Amino acid sequence: MSSIITRRGLLTGAVVGGAGLLAGCDKVANDPSLRKILFSGEKMNMGLQRALMNRDALAPEFRPDQMSPIFRTNGTRNPNTPDYNAMLADRFGDWRLQVGGLVTRPLSLSLAQIRTIPARTQITRHDCVEGWSAIGKWHGPMLGTILKAAGLRSDARYIVFTCADLFGGTNYYESIDLIDAFHPQTILAWAMNNAVLDVGHGAPLRLRVERQLGYKHAKYVMRIDAVASLAGIGKGKGGYWEDNVDYDWYAGI
Amino acid sequence: MDDAPLSPEAEAAHPPARVIYRHRLATRLWHWVNAVAIFILLGSGLMIFNAHPHLYWGIYGANYDHAWLTLPQWPGWLTIPANYNLAIARRWHLLFALVFAFGLLLFMTASLINRHFQRDLRVRGAELKPRNLRHDLLEHIALRFHDPKDPRAFNIFQKLSYVLVIFLLIPLMILTGLTMSPAMNAAWPWLLDLFGGRQSARSIHFIVAAALTGFTVVHLALVIIAGSWNEVRSMITGRWTVPEDEA
Repeated sequence: MSSIITRRGLLTGAVVGGAGLLAGCDKVANDPSLRKILFSGEKMNMGLQRALMNRDALAPEFRPDQMSPIFRTNGTRNPNTPDYNAMLADRFGDWRLQVGGLVTRPLSLSLAQIRTIPARTQITRHDCVEGWSAIGKWHGPMLGTILKAAGLRSDARYIVFTCADLFGGTNYYESIDLIDAFHPQTILAWAMNNAVLDVGHGAPLRLRVERQLGYKHAKYVMRIDAVASLAGIGKGKGGYWEDNVDYDWYAGI
Repeated sequence: MDDAPLSPEAEAAHPPARVIYRHRLATRLWHWVNAVAIFILLGSGLMIFNAHPHLYWGIYGANYDHAWLTLPQWPGWLTIPANYNLAIARRWHLLFALVFAFGLLLFMTASLINRHFQRDLRVRGAELKPRNLRHDLLEHIALRFHDPKDPRAFNIFQKLSYVLVIFLLIPLMILTGLTMSPAMNAAWPWLLDLFGGRQSARSIHFIVAAALTGFTVVHLALVIIAGSWNEVRSMITGRWTVPEDEA
């Protein structure tokens, strides 16, 4: 029996086959219709997670003594554009958060106004898509409070964030759906670790979406728009990384 | 174990033909689905690891924190995809994680119903006695893996390794994987308590992946030693020829 397939033959076959399979995986990822199957995992994981999770299920919150000694920065560490540098020099005195799109009352809010909105404080874990985690304390109004003030129209489905930092000449952008937008821990943080939010972590305002990975937490937020579809945003997948390197739009896992 | 009666069909199949029906359909299906899933999960997992090749214990862990393990980048010929692409590696990993997890669930259900677990994997007290362990170990070293009186039965080392993989290592892979998901932390916060935090879960995920790789290597080596054609065919058709030297 074993003479039909020799041990050496089988080993060679396994190694060649293994290498072939690995190369085959790369072919699959480049074929449009197979790519669709490969990318279908995102919808399945999102459906399963949403089914297992209460709409308002809270991400774990931690005690002050559990916070990371140093919370590293990532992505853009300083937008360093002339506009941003001017706003920073002015300590964001003339900066305004624009809230528009499918809303009945578009808003233009100063940082001072945002600081008067009742705020939530939460010590949460930030999980980067790369695998590391850092725990920090975030403070700011719930996104839901601001969206309610602006009055979402009934056809609004997604909230899009446009940021001051540039990636390849384009402003960073991200989007979430209304379930995450109205989640109690989804806040627009203007303070972190008991201090005013610094440039490295997204001054003057950054989004916290605690049940998703770090790239969803847009920093340097300038505009918030309610939209009916992501089709008209960037290349249509809902975010800078989603559009340009195929990150999942749903980053709950 | 010696006095465990053979099932009627096994007894009937025995003396005349030396071919016995060894692996049920559910076992064979799961075996091959899992072989593909583990291959893809390991390759894409190594690529994901390359994005941050440091492991930590506890609830947080990043560049300024103490890493208990830092490894060099895994080479492209071992990773899926071969080039550095975290997004595509995650697509592979998170799709085949579903295949892996639901595959285990279906296999476990089927194996309770077809009594594969109860008949083939149940470890009996007598098998764990030092005398039996020594006997099976010596037989194993002599590369005689089957009891001539009951060639269908697994020896104690086979049983223990399959039980370890099916009931401990694979469930650990799935649960530590889920523990790394921020949404699952909101849905099932007990996962974090179970593993001592997200970064501990990530470390355990890596260690258990290494253990499963070790199991796979030993498994393949033993398949080759035991007679690759007969073993592979039995996992395809279910029919396995009793080795002549053991008959």
